[in-house]
Order: sequence, then C-alpha cells, then structure tokens
Amino acid sequence: MNDHLSQLEPIDVTLQVNGTPVDVSVPAHRTLLDALRDDAGFKGSKKCCADGECGACSVFLDGTLVNSCLVLAVETEGSDVTTIEGLSVDGLSDLQQEFLKAGAVQCGVCIPGQVVAAEDLLRTNPHATATEIRDAMSGNLCRCAGYERIVAAIQAAAETRVTIS
Amino acid sequence: MVQYRRPDTLSEALSVLERAGDNGRVLVGGTDLLIGVRRRPLSPLVLVDVKGATDLPPAIEVHDDGVRVGPTATMSALVATDEVQRWFPALVAAANVVGSVAIRNRATLVGNICNASPACDTAPALLVHDATVTIRSTAGERQVSIDEFFLGPGQTACGPAELVTAIDLPRPPAGHRSAFQRLTRRRGVDLATVSAAAGLTADGLATIALGAVAPTPVKAVAPGPIDATDPAAVRELAEQLTEIATPISDVRASEEYRRAMTTVLTERAITAAADAATPGA
Repeated sequence: MNDHLSQLEPIDVTLQVNGTPVDVSVPAHRTLLDALRDDAGFKGSKKCCADGECGACSVFLDGTLVNSCLVLAVETEGSDVTTIEGLSVDGLSDLQQEFLKAGAVQCGVCIPGQVVAAEDLLRTNPHATATEIRDAMSGNLCRCAGYERIVAAIQAAAETRVTIS
Repeated sequence: MVQYRRPDTLSEALSVLERAGDNGRVLVGGTDLLIGVRRRPLSPLVLVDVKGATDLPPAIEVHDDGVRVGPTATMSALVATDEVQRWFPALVAAANVVGSVAIRNRATLVGNICNASPACDTAPALLVHDATVTIRSTAGERQVSIDEFFLGPGQTACGPAELVTAIDLPRPPAGHRSAFQRLTRRRGVDLATVSAAAGLTADGLATIALGAVAPTPVKAVAPGPIDATDPAAVRELAEQLTEIATPISDVRASEEYRRAMTTVLTERAITAAADAATPGA
C-alpha cells in the first residue's frame, strides 16, 4: 500500500505522456494538469477555470477524455496520458488544420482542449451531426464565442475522415 | 497538508477511513471532491483512493433481478450498459446530463449520491427506481433504502468511517415505465434549477421524486392509479404530489418560479413515462 506517513515529502509518480515515460515528484494535492505543465513541461493543456467547467485542460487518460484539473497527479501512477502535443507529433493534425481553415482560433486559449475533446468525439462517433457535436463539446467553453466555426471545423474533419476511411 | 492513500484492499481502505475520522474523504472520480481540495490544499484531509482496492465489487453487475452498481461505476459506464438502458430510463436520462463528457467519464453514481447535493441529478431517478444502498465499515455491512439515505445538504447516512460499496437497482416489474425531466438555465453543463423523475406502474400508479426543491431529494407516491393519458388528471396529480416541495430562492431561481416549475416538470415526467416504450422485457 502506498502509505505516506509524512506527506510533507513529495510523492514520486511515473507515468507515460505521449508515449514517453515521465517521472515527477509532487505533493498529494497537485493536479495532473499542474504536473503536466509545471513539472513535466507539457504546456499545451491550458489552465483556465481549474474547476472542470471549461475543458481547456482536456487530455486522454488511458484513452478516456478527462479534465486534467480534476485528476490528481498521484492518481496517474502507471497511466498513459495523451495531451494535445501527442495529437500533433507529425505536424498539425487534420482537426487542427480544419480549426485554422474555419477561422475557429481566436485568442486560442481554449483550442488545445477543444481539439482533444473533438478528437475524442470523432473516435467515438465518426458520423456526429451538428447537434451531437454541440452536445459532446458542451464541456469546452470558448470565451471568444467561436462556437459556430468550431462546430464547422469538427464537421469538416469528420467528413474528410469518413471519406478517407 | 492533504494526504493521499491508495489502499490495495477494501478492508485496508476501511481501516484508513476509520483512522482518518472526520478528515477522511473517499476519492474515486474526484469531480466534486478535488474542486474543494484545490481551494484548501493545506487542509488536513486524507484522500482515500479506493480505485486500487482489488477486491471491490465490479463496477456494474447485471443479474436477473436487477443491477448492482459499485463505487467505481462512472456515469459513462452506467449509461452504456444495455440492461440499465432498458430497465432504468429515468436514471439513464439523469446520468446523461451530469456535467460534460469528460466529467461523466470520471464522475461516479456512488460519488454523486454521497456528495448529497440537493440538486443531485441522479437522486430523483434512484428514488423512483427504489434503490438500496449498501454501506460498509470495519464493523460490518448494512443496507439502507435510498429513501433514508439523504439527510440534508452534504449529509448522508454514510458516516465518515464508512464506504458505500453498492447501489442495488431492483429490476422493475413488467409494464413499469419511467422518465426524468430537468430545468437548467442553459442547455449544456449546468446544475438543475428543478428536476423531476416519475415512475408509472402497469396499472397507472405514479411515484415521483424531485431534486433542487428541498434540502434533500424528496419522493411522493400517488394515492391511487390514474389515467396518465388524461392531461387534466396528470395536472391534478402533479399539483397534489408536489406539495412536498419546499424550494428556496437562490442564484438559479426564485422560490415562486421553482414551485411553479416543479409542477410543470412533474406533469411532463409523468406524461413522458406514460408515453415511453415499456421496458422490463
């Protein structure tokens, strides 16, 4: 059992981020988001509300879409995390390109989370309708209110993927 | 300073919770708990992550007489289960509107009721589905009806040294139908202003349960069967049953508005249940 009697000492956690093993040493309360950004140097995931309302910190945790601000780093020992950086290793992904083409990127802060959540949607529902896209993306806020263009970008990526496959 | 424990077994988890006393918090999905932790990182909380306990009951167990939901069952896993969809439509409708996709991938049904928000989305459905809650401590195991589980805002029958190990949902009798209705200020990701679940037996006996209109979720049973296809009868019954509501005014709505909407949502829930395809088959 992982029984840390004096947790003034940081806890060592080993996880995989985008396929690479990462070791961090964190206090118990540090979120996965803070560990990714401040301990492991993955600055793609953004910290906005930090309350699970805005989705800017969306990542895949063992293949499942989560808000990394609502997961503790210590919970992810041995886990596999994919961040926005992991979705664009060979240059911009199709979704990212469609976001740019549609003019969906304004201030840009929400976009990494939007793209990760959209990737999750297209993996689970490749034929998503505009209504399904809006429902699935309702956990990702854009304070520039670029919603129309974000939905258009996701639809365009969905159509291209379905045509290719 | 927040501490983190990840026990390997259920009995270890119960011992840790017992030692931690009032500072112990069970961590599974963390979607409510960690918001509080972030605001008070120096509090002496002991987070007991039970996801590492290898002898926990399975997340979701389906048997002939119903479904047993364990502490690790997420909302996403729950709504993806065929039997849950067929037998407990009110619960599926409620679980589907908790937070966002990412929240539902982490948030658990057990955590949702243990958090005991008066606006808890799944509680009215669990009340209508006659759920039973199994609570375990080092002293042993006990079962309480969901009717007796909620004691007040944030207060439940599960004590600090205890763990909810299962929610049992009995398979509804043939011809039983159910539905859930919720009013929010915006369509996506919001807390309920008012919510209502309704269950209807084959011979027209309605049970309703309400959220966000009292210190705890509340339930009422119709005195006798009605014709749920008769709007006037449904309206009259809704007015009668929703007298249990004692709403307050807050940031989401005024007391008066909540009271009016409680009746409307109850009517809609009964009508939706009547219109629903018969499950249970």
